[in-house]
Amino acid sequence: MTEQEIYADLSKKFGDKVIEFMEEGTLNPTVVVDAAAIAKIVTYLKDDERFQFDSLMNLAGHDGDVEADLSVIYHLVSTELKHYITLKVFTSRVEPKVASVAVIYRTANWHEREAFDLYGINFEGHPDLKRILLEDDWEGYPLRKDYVPAEFYRGMRIEKVK
Amino acid sequence: MGALNHKFNENILITSLDKLLNWSRSGSEWYFQFGLACCAIEMMSAAAARHDLERFGAMPRSSPRQADVMIVAGTVTLKMATRVKRLYEQMAEPKYVISMGSCANSGGPYWQHGYHVLKGVDQIIPVDIYIPGCPPRPEALIEGLLHLQKKMREEPVLAKKED
Ligand code: SF4
Repeated sequence: MTEQEIYADLSKKFGDKVIEFMEEGTLNPTVVVDAAAIAKIVTYLKDDERFQFDSLMNLAGHDGDVEADLSVIYHLVSTELKHYITLKVFTSRVEPKVASVAVIYRTANWHEREAFDLYGINFEGHPDLKRILLEDDWEGYPLRKDYVPAEFYRGMRIEKVK
Repeated sequence: MGALNHKFNENILITSLDKLLNWSRSGSEWYFQFGLACCAIEMMSAAAARHDLERFGAMPRSSPRQADVMIVAGTVTLKMATRVKRLYEQMAEPKYVISMGSCANSGGPYWQHGYHVLKGVDQIIPVDIYIPGCPPRPEALIEGLLHLQKKMREEPVLAKKED
């Protein structure tokens, strides 16, 4: 199935929860969907006979610009039917909230923790959402464009004195 | 050595305690087996057959209690820095530190914008030898170890080590 066909089917089934289809300016054709509905949509794509998206290849947080919203990108693949789809959700910078897919794809567990660790995106329904790379007492989310590094961490200077 | 000369044929060797201890210590630089990033690959290669660190008596130990030298080979992240410090504290005196590569010396490629990297391991533990390079070749590490041997040989054993 092509991405275009998958998009057509999704918008028929989920209506305004499926926001747009992006083809230009992206590496893979991408379906933008609603952040709260992502778990439902992914479950549908996984269970439906015609799609059989049995594997989540990657899940990544993204911050393009200080002014813009944060986003999360999902790359799904069907190892049976050999087709791909890329999904994307946007969420506000002030209160980033996205439905978790960790119970649908086990892969997502650590990926979502990473996106939480570095972008501060809250995945609602995640079984164990805590930092994965940085220490628990770290402050801030370093891959955000508006991140300002602290001067010290546990008494160790972070930036070199000029 | 006068009076004792030739009294015991060639079975006895007379030297000072300093020299004997320093000689044995410098000939067995057992280093702590841990690597932090790409530099560790060069350290492993230095230990492997082609460069063969063991011909200098340097062999890897997996416990800080048995190690004499800590080779900080790689990027010291702030998270790891707390562990590196603790491991250093767990090593028994006399102990030495070799800082291997730009990362351990000064933060290396992360020295700017590296929000998670310590800019030089000498900020948390005393360093004896710095080896430049990104990464230093095994030959450079070997030279560092030989410099450390020299340093060990010149040290008065019973004097307290300054931090
Ligand atoms: S100094 Fe270079 S080779 Fe060594 S750990 Fe840093 S980046 Fe890697």
